[in-house]
Amino acid sequence: MDQGIEFQLNGERVSYTGSATTRLLDVLRDNFALTGVKCGCKEGECGACSVLLDGKLVNSCMVAMGRVAGASIVTIEGYSKTARFAALNAAYAAVSAVQCGFCTPGMILASEAILAKTPHPTEEEIRAGISGNLCRCTGYNAIVTAIQSAAKEGNGLW
Amino acid sequence: MKKISKSVVKKDHQTKIDGTAWYVGDYPQAGMLHGRIVRSPHPHARIIEIKPYALPEGYFIVDHRDVPGINEVHIVKDDTPVFAVETVEYIGDPVLMVVGPDENTVLRIAGEIEVVYEPLPATLDVRDSITTFFDYNFGKGDPDSAFANADKVYQEEFETGYQEQAYLETQGMIATFADGKLSIHGSMQCPYYVHGAIAKALGLTPDRVRVVQDITGGGFGGKEAYPSILACEVAVAAYHAGGKPVRVIFDRREDMEFTSKRHPSLSTYRVAVKDRRVTAMDIDVIFNAGGYTTLSAVVLQRGLIAAPGVYNVENLRVRGRAMKTNTVPNGAYRGFGGPQTFFAVEMMMNHIARDLGEEPLPFKQRHLVKQGDATSTGGIYHFPVPLPDMIAEVEQMSGYSQKRATYNTAKPERFQRGIGISIWFHGAGFTGSGERDHIKAVTRLHKTTSGYVEILASQSDIGQGIKTTLCKIVANELNLPLERVTYNNPDTDRVPDSGPTVASRSLMTVGELLRRAAIHLRSEWKEGEDQTVEERFVEPDFVIPFDIEKFQGDAYPTYAWAASAVEVEVDTLTGVNKVLGAWASFDVGTPIDYNIVVGQMEGGLMQGLGYASMEQMATDNNGRIRNNSFSDYLIPTSMDVPVLEVKMHVEEYPLGPYGAKGAGELPLVGMPGAYMAAMEQALNRKIQHIPFSAEDALLGATQE
Ligand code: FES
Ligand code: FES
Repeated sequence: MDQGIEFQLNGERVSYTGSATTRLLDVLRDNFALTGVKCGCKEGECGACSVLLDGKLVNSCMVAMGRVAGASIVTIEGYSKTARFAALNAAYAAVSAVQCGFCTPGMILASEAILAKTPHPTEEEIRAGISGNLCRCTGYNAIVTAIQSAAKEGNGLW
Repeated sequence: MKKISKSVVKKDHQTKIDGTAWYVGDYPQAGMLHGRIVRSPHPHARIIEIKPYALPEGYFIVDHRDVPGINEVHIVKDDTPVFAVETVEYIGDPVLMVVGPDENTVLRIAGEIEVVYEPLPATLDVRDSITTFFDYNFGKGDPDSAFANADKVYQEEFETGYQEQAYLETQGMIATFADGKLSIHGSMQCPYYVHGAIAKALGLTPDRVRVVQDITGGGFGGKEAYPSILACEVAVAAYHAGGKPVRVIFDRREDMEFTSKRHPSLSTYRVAVKDRRVTAMDIDVIFNAGGYTTLSAVVLQRGLIAAPGVYNVENLRVRGRAMKTNTVPNGAYRGFGGPQTFFAVEMMMNHIARDLGEEPLPFKQRHLVKQGDATSTGGIYHFPVPLPDMIAEVEQMSGYSQKRATYNTAKPERFQRGIGISIWFHGAGFTGSGERDHIKAVTRLHKTTSGYVEILASQSDIGQGIKTTLCKIVANELNLPLERVTYNNPDTDRVPDSGPTVASRSLMTVGELLRRAAIHLRSEWKEGEDQTVEERFVEPDFVIPFDIEKFQGDAYPTYAWAASAVEVEVDTLTGVNKVLGAWASFDVGTPIDYNIVVGQMEGGLMQGLGYASMEQMATDNNGRIRNNSFSDYLIPTSMDVPVLEVKMHVEEYPLGPYGAKGAGELPLVGMPGAYMAAMEQALNRKIQHIPFSAEDALLGATQE
C-alpha cells in the first residue's frame, strides 16, 4: 500500500499515497493543484468536476481513488494543450458560451466526450451528452451551438 | 446592428475555459485556517449558553462577544446580527464560528459544540405573521368609484414559491487581518457593500478595510447582500487569527439552505371591469421576508411598482407588506420582486379575458401602456413602448395565434398541448432615487504612459460580461484596440465606488459614466503622459423625482420590455409536461455585445421557466428548507427546453451608452406567466400558483 495508487494524470505517471476512499476530485484539487476541476456539489449532481477517465466522462467527486489505479485521467489542464481543445475553444469563444465559467471546464470535457464518440452529432445527441453538466448562466443554446460548430470546423480532429 | 453590438471574444474567456482562472475556492490553502459556522437548529429560540469545549491547540471560536465593532451587518436596516446574541430567528441563524488549521477537525468540533437553547414560539407560515417589517400604500385615480360603477368585479389570490439562485459556485470568502487592516477577497457582486459592512462590524475606518472581488461563478442576486453577512463573520474570525488567513467556502447544502432566496409571495387582485375594460385594480401583496429584513424593503418596492403590469390602469390602489417569519431571510434574486407580481397580473388578465369570452392576447393588447401614459406611481413612460411590434414578432416566431386556435378546439386526449403569452417590463436601474441619493457613483479612467487605459470601477463580472462590455465602450470612444483597455476585478484600495452590480444598472449607468469619461480623456489625451479622469453620476433632467414616502414620481428613468410565448405538452395521465418551445422578443436598447446580451436573455429565460415549474423549494413543519441539494432542487438541464429562440428588439434609450438599457434581469421576470398560460390552455383550467408540479396538474384533472 505504500507504493501508493499509480495512475496517468494528463499523460504523466503519478502516484498518490493517501486513502483509497478519498474522492478523485479532492486529490486533483488539493494534491495536484488542478483547480480547473471545479466543485459545485460533491454529490454527483452538477458535472462541474467532470474529468475523463480512460476517455469516459465521469464526475470526479463520485470516483474513489481506489478505482483510479492504472487508469488514465485527463483534466482541463491537460486537455487544454490539445488541438481538439483549440477547436472547441475557438467555437466557444465565437458564440460567447462562457459566462461565469464555473461549469465551463466540465462542459469542455463533456464536449470532448460527445465528439470522441460521435464526430458529427445531432442537436439531440449534443443535448443528451451535456445533460449531466448543469449550467445556470447560459440556457445551454450557446454551448450546443459551440459544439456543433467545433464538430464542423474541427473536421478530422475527432 | 450598430458597430458596438458586434461581438468580440470576451475579456475573461480564456482563463475561464482553460481552467486557470482562480475562483475563491481555488487559492492554495497552505497556512490558512478554516472556519465553519455553527447555526441555530431552532426556528426561534433563546440562547441560554454555549457550553465550554476543550479546543485543541490552534483552534478557536468566535461569537458575538468577539465582534470588535458593532454586531450588525450593514445592509439596509441593520437588524441582521453578525452572530446571534440573545435569540435566534430562523434555522440556520449563525451563532458562532469554529476556526482552525485542519478542515476536518473544524467540522468535527462544529458538530460537537453544544449550544443550549430555550425554544420559543415560531411563526412559520406568512399567513400567521403579525410582525410587519414594511408596509407600503400608494395609488392613483379614484378606485372606489371605479369599483362602485363596475359591471363586474373579479378577485383572485396568487401564490409564488421560493426560488434558489443556484449559481454553480457556492459562496466563499478568505480574510486576513494584518497591520491593523482587514483584507478580504471572495465571491461577490458588490465589493463596496462588503466594505461598508466590515468597517462597521470591525469598527475600522474605511482605509483599514480592503475588499477584492474574486472571479465569481454566478450571482443572480444571491451574491448581492449575502456576501456582506458571510464577510463580516469571516472578518471577525480573521481579526482574532493572529494574521493568518481564514477561509470559509460553503458546501452546496449549506449554501442552498441558509443563503437568501426569492421571496415567496401572496397577492390578492381585485379588478373592476366596465364595458369589457379594466377600470381599476386593488392589489394587496405579501412577501415572506424571513427572519431579518435584509433587502426586503427594496425587493418589495420593485414588486409593487410592477403590480399592474404593462397595462394602463387609471384607478389603482396598491398595498404591500413584507412580513417576518422564522425562516431563512429572503433577498435579491434576478427580477427583484417583479416576477412575483408579474405572474399574478398576467394570470389575472388571462382569467378576466376567459370570463369575458375573449382571447387573452387581444384583451391584453387593448390595455397596453404607451408612451406618455402615467406609470403606477404617477411617473411617465417617457419613451416609446415597443410592445405592439414585439408581440407581433413573438406571434411570428412561435405561430402563437394559429396554435392557440388549434389547441382551443383539441379533442380530449391523453396528451394535451397549450401555448401562452406573457408581456412585461423591467424598470431599468435602481428603484426611485437610489442612484441620486445613495449610490452617487464615481468612476475613473487611468491612462498609463504607454497608452494603456484602465477602467477604475467597482462592477463585478459575475458572468454577465460587464468586463467586456465596459471595455468595449471605452475602447470605442478612445478609438483604441480592445486589448489596450483593461478592467481588473475590483479592489476597493484601487477603485472608486461606482455602486453595486445589481438592478441591471451596471452597463446602463456605469457604462454611460465611463463613456463620458472616455470622451473627456480623449479631449485631454497627451501621448506618453500618465492621466486620470473622473466622472460622477448626475440624474437626467427629464426624470420626475421619486418620493419614496408617497411612492410618487418616476420610479425608473426608462424600461426594458419583453414579450414571450411558451408551448407545452401535458401528459394528462401522469401530469408531466414538457416545454416544446419558448420564443421571446426582448428590448434592452442597443446590445453592447450581441452574443453577450443574447446569452443573458437565454439564461434568464431558462431560469424563469425553472421558477414556474421544476424549481420546487419548501420548508418542513419546523421551518427548515427541505430542498438543499441538486437532487431535491432541480434546475433546467440542456434537455428541458429543446427550442429556445430570442429576438432582440432595439428601442434605444438616449441616455444609456449608445442607446443601451438595463438587461440582466428582464428575461426571467415574465416567463412564468407565459408558461402557466400555456399550461392553463392544455389543462383547460385556471392556475393561481407557481411552482406548478406534475402533481398539481393531476390534482386539477381529477377535480374538474
Ligand atoms: S461536484 Fe461533482 S458532480 Fe458536482
Ligand atoms: S457559465 Fe455559469 S454555470 Fe455555466
